[in-house]
Amino acid sequence: MKEQPARSAPLLFTLLAVPPLAWLLLLFAAPLAVIWGYSFGENRTLIDIAITGSWANYARALKPLYLAILLKSLLFAGITTAICFIVGLPVALSIAFAGPRARLALLVAIMLPFWTNLLIRTYALMAILRTEGQINSLAGALWGTVAVPLGAGPFEPLPLINNNFAVLVGLVYVHLPFMVLPLYAALDRLDRSLIEASLDLGAGHLATLWRVVVPLALPGIVSGIIITFIPALGAYLAPDLLGGTNSQMIANIIERQFRSANDWPFGAALSFLLMYLTFIALAVQALAQRRSAAREAQG
Amino acid sequence: MPDLNRRSALSGIAAALVLDGCAKRWPKGANGEERRVNFYNWDTYTGETTLADFEKATGIEVRMSLYANNDELFARLRAGNPGFDVIVPSNEFVTRLGMSGLLQPLDHGRIPNMANLAPAFRDVPYDPGRRWSMPYTWLVLGIGYRKSKVDGVPDSWKWVLDSDRYSGRIGLFAESDDLIRLGAKYLGHSVNDVGPALMTRVTDMLIAQKRHVKLFHRDEGQDLLAAGDIDLVVEYNGDMAQVIADDDDLGFVVPREGTLINSDSLCIPAGAPRPDNAHRFINYLLDAQVSAGISQTIRYPTPNAAALALMPGEYRNNPVIFPTGPGMANSEYGRFEGIGHIRAVDEAITRMMAA
Repeated sequence: MKEQPARSAPLLFTLLAVPPLAWLLLLFAAPLAVIWGYSFGENRTLIDIAITGSWANYARALKPLYLAILLKSLLFAGITTAICFIVGLPVALSIAFAGPRARLALLVAIMLPFWTNLLIRTYALMAILRTEGQINSLAGALWGTVAVPLGAGPFEPLPLINNNFAVLVGLVYVHLPFMVLPLYAALDRLDRSLIEASLDLGAGHLATLWRVVVPLALPGIVSGIIITFIPALGAYLAPDLLGGTNSQMIANIIERQFRSANDWPFGAALSFLLMYLTFIALAVQALAQRRSAAREAQG
Repeated sequence: MPDLNRRSALSGIAAALVLDGCAKRWPKGANGEERRVNFYNWDTYTGETTLADFEKATGIEVRMSLYANNDELFARLRAGNPGFDVIVPSNEFVTRLGMSGLLQPLDHGRIPNMANLAPAFRDVPYDPGRRWSMPYTWLVLGIGYRKSKVDGVPDSWKWVLDSDRYSGRIGLFAESDDLIRLGAKYLGHSVNDVGPALMTRVTDMLIAQKRHVKLFHRDEGQDLLAAGDIDLVVEYNGDMAQVIADDDDLGFVVPREGTLINSDSLCIPAGAPRPDNAHRFINYLLDAQVSAGISQTIRYPTPNAAALALMPGEYRNNPVIFPTGPGMANSEYGRFEGIGHIRAVDEAITRMMAA
């Protein structure tokens, strides 16, 4: 029988549980409840919000104008997640099957960018992608030595920044570790003998990957997808700094409501729409986990 | 989104800790206030030694924090003054903060250097009788451009708002209100009282223009221009004056249709812990010598007549800092026009950016 910590040492348990609970209530639940209240309010003056219980903000958020931006954000987040998965799976596999020392080095390399602030990383990306940035200078130099002597025209800088392509590059760059780490955790736990058995019994590498590794790692894959998709959906730095004239995502609209538009109730309603989507995604994940647990119990 | 909230909440808490945590060890001055003043200002907006000189002269230490735009300042103060004594909002926000009860009235008796101000700045429509604010700088939006890449002087808003001539090389300001106001100005209307029909017209014009616009910048347009990312940009004269000093291929013009004038102003927020120090600091900044020292560095036009008299001709006759011509004669201040107007502008810009 499992030991019940609450029953065996109630005082210690209470002492240990109070700080995190207080933290959660005070700094997470309470502010969130206030914002949730705002989403049913309206601006009376520049600084007073009356909480009227009205659904007007949600109604406004579901107007085609905002719905289209939400759909576009879902699309951006979806493409980002797909690219992260396609790039991240081989990376996670090679980390999981690397020797212990190489594995440590690879994991550090994946986590290293986290030591730098997101804003700084985005600015660094701007420096690389911009018209007179590193990639264009390099491409320009190559063009000058190779193509121009062959009779090509002068180098036209590649349009790498201030467009949707740059936004996707930024989103994938920032969110790739979110995909790789849960994938790696799932693949690391994998029973290697199953893979050997699959290869021995005549399945090719791709078939083994698709029919053995992926199903077994499914909970990790779902976690990776969700943990990548949610922050990508709420990204605002990448579209703001790397985007062009039609790259705004839903978070940029929300940011404006809390700043220039000074419309906190509407911003709150938009935020909570994202929050509801997050809850749905988490429910789907819980379902997937339960199903895979049930399958394990059967097998 | 949760990320954004958390960050601003945390920075608020951090600021409160910094501001309050140090409170105990500050000695009090003769006026009964701690010998310090918390100054909330724009970046690169004081002289190189201004703050240190004030401390030398008065024994009051200036602690400066920075904000990026008026909206950030307003959002911060609306949640409660975290301990700032002096702030520098632009004209329209002086009105907004004043009517929201977020400012303290100034005691003109404690600001004798007000006499240094040019007559045009002693009384202004956005702050009748200068009840809330003292002018620090004034500024105008215009077009910054790279001379070698543009034909002649682009002296109309047409070249950035309504033309494909410089397609793909244009940078517009990401301030939604300014975009609508300048669009209205280009169409021959005032920057104020833009009704729904005109706003739709301006928005449609911007939507059509968008495919020729390379980017919307956040007041770093002068750097994007200097870096060669764009060849025309809507920017402030002071920002352009700073980069033109290093690159004479850059120019600045106030379009002939006229533009939006702004004036950044010194105010004391409501709940400022050290109002007397704040008055002394504001009075110090309006001193002729001090103000001239600031203008020397920041290269924005000064509303301080006594300081202007001390400045070299290179500043006083600089056509970027003090633009002349038909554009200036047609220029106006933007007025605060109510909550409904802010919402309409935001929705217009959302529509434009989504198109």
